[in-house]
Amino acid sequence: MNRVFAVAAVVIRELIRRKDFYVLFVLTAAITLLMGSITFFNEDDIARYVKEICLLLIWLATLVIAVTTAGRQLPAEKESRTIFPLLAKPISRTEVLAGKFLGCWLAVGITLIVFYLFFGVISLAREHELPLVNYLQAVWLHWLMLGIVAALALLGSLLMTPAANLSIVILAVIGIWTVGEFLNRVAAKAGGVSGWLIYAVYYAIPHLEIFDIRERIIHGWEPVPWGAVILASGYALVYMAMLLAAAALLFRRKPLT
Amino acid sequence: MDTTLRVNHLRVEYPAPSEPGGVKLAVNDLSFEVRRGEVFGFLGPNGAGKTTTMNVLLGYVNATGGSAELFGVDVRQPIARQRIGYLPELTYYYRFLTAEELLRFYARIFGLNHHTASRRIDELLKLVELDGVRRRPIRTYSKGMQQRVGLAQALINDPDLLLLDEPTSGLDPIGRMKVREIIQRLQQQGKTVFFSSHELGEVETVCNRVAILHQGCVQEQGHVSDLVAKYQCDLEQVFLKVVGYPSPPRHE
Repeated sequence: MNRVFAVAAVVIRELIRRKDFYVLFVLTAAITLLMGSITFFNEDDIARYVKEICLLLIWLATLVIAVTTAGRQLPAEKESRTIFPLLAKPISRTEVLAGKFLGCWLAVGITLIVFYLFFGVISLAREHELPLVNYLQAVWLHWLMLGIVAALALLGSLLMTPAANLSIVILAVIGIWTVGEFLNRVAAKAGGVSGWLIYAVYYAIPHLEIFDIRERIIHGWEPVPWGAVILASGYALVYMAMLLAAAALLFRRKPLT
Repeated sequence: MDTTLRVNHLRVEYPAPSEPGGVKLAVNDLSFEVRRGEVFGFLGPNGAGKTTTMNVLLGYVNATGGSAELFGVDVRQPIARQRIGYLPELTYYYRFLTAEELLRFYARIFGLNHHTASRRIDELLKLVELDGVRRRPIRTYSKGMQQRVGLAQALINDPDLLLLDEPTSGLDPIGRMKVREIIQRLQQQGKTVFFSSHELGEVETVCNRVAILHQGCVQEQGHVSDLVAKYQCDLEQVFLKVVGYPSPPRHE
């Protein structure tokens, strides 16, 4: 396990030393502050509006960070040939993959904390209250969702070129996030073979929308029941495990030379 | 004498649609052994199968047939690489890390504890004369400095077997001398060195035994002195004769 943590630590160090995160954070902060300065609604609406914009930007920025960080790990190792001295050490390809995933997931977790702290400050400044339980649930569920996305991007990086992987994973995630929950209704309407196919897709895809509790924060609703949070956590961990198992199988067989 | 490295009837094929039968035979029925404490030269012209054999030993490529073992452990097991150090021909390291961070990362992979790792890092950075720049990112190093980081990482676990792939390629004469000194010092410590090189003068200086590969097979192997005596010429001429290259005419 120490080897997995060693690889993960290098991934985190790389993210800290790259500029992507800082650029996205500054952009998110700048856009949120700009939107917050516009005053064409009443005070309550402005607070909700700023929170909505800020959360949307956080979701988009962290999605980009997760996909780009995870998606480039293995291709960059191969392209820069750093994979060769690494695999000449007593470490298996599965451990390298697990370390890469863990590093990406933890690094994304760090960025999430920074983004949500900024959101908390903005929210506190506007509404003078901070529903801490809602915020903790939002960060936790968001992090789980990004774990699935990072695992998907790692798997995709073994099947596609980095550019294709980036585009397809981002499109797939946004597609699932926005229309995934309606696929069963579409299937029921379509009927026949196409209906069954859509049902198959509906049951196979990870339903990322269940991790999105932005509305509860924006409108100050009650927190999600803890049982549901635990179920969602299990659901995310199962998907991460399945995606990583598929990636490990592929990576073990993939020629390096 | 114990066997450190054993290659037994190794066969490696690559898919090659342009070749007859759709496969290219890179290594064919290759067998040799390297004993503990030897400096073993692995020679051959380009395309002879040296790199492929090295790739099998390092677990990058699976053999189609035969077997390869390090310290009696199948090379497909990661644990077979616990007691080896590997220096690639070119330097491929994480450029955003400093030399110290890189060595600490590899030390963790080998399972060294923090105290041992710190001691080894200090010793090695002094040995390769990078102690003064240990906290500078590797991307700021010159090519020679990067090669020296490579040597330090190959020694981080105090290996019993060192695999060197063209270790002096791209180094200036001082760098070459340093590498040669390190190889000789390791030999004095009873370490085994497996050395792939085109620098036959250097091989003749530092190696006890050599194997000469051609077209994926070992054509000749033995002690350097025995081969030189057998062919009545220096190692370079031995090499040319073994690979079937016509010797230049002698000017009496």
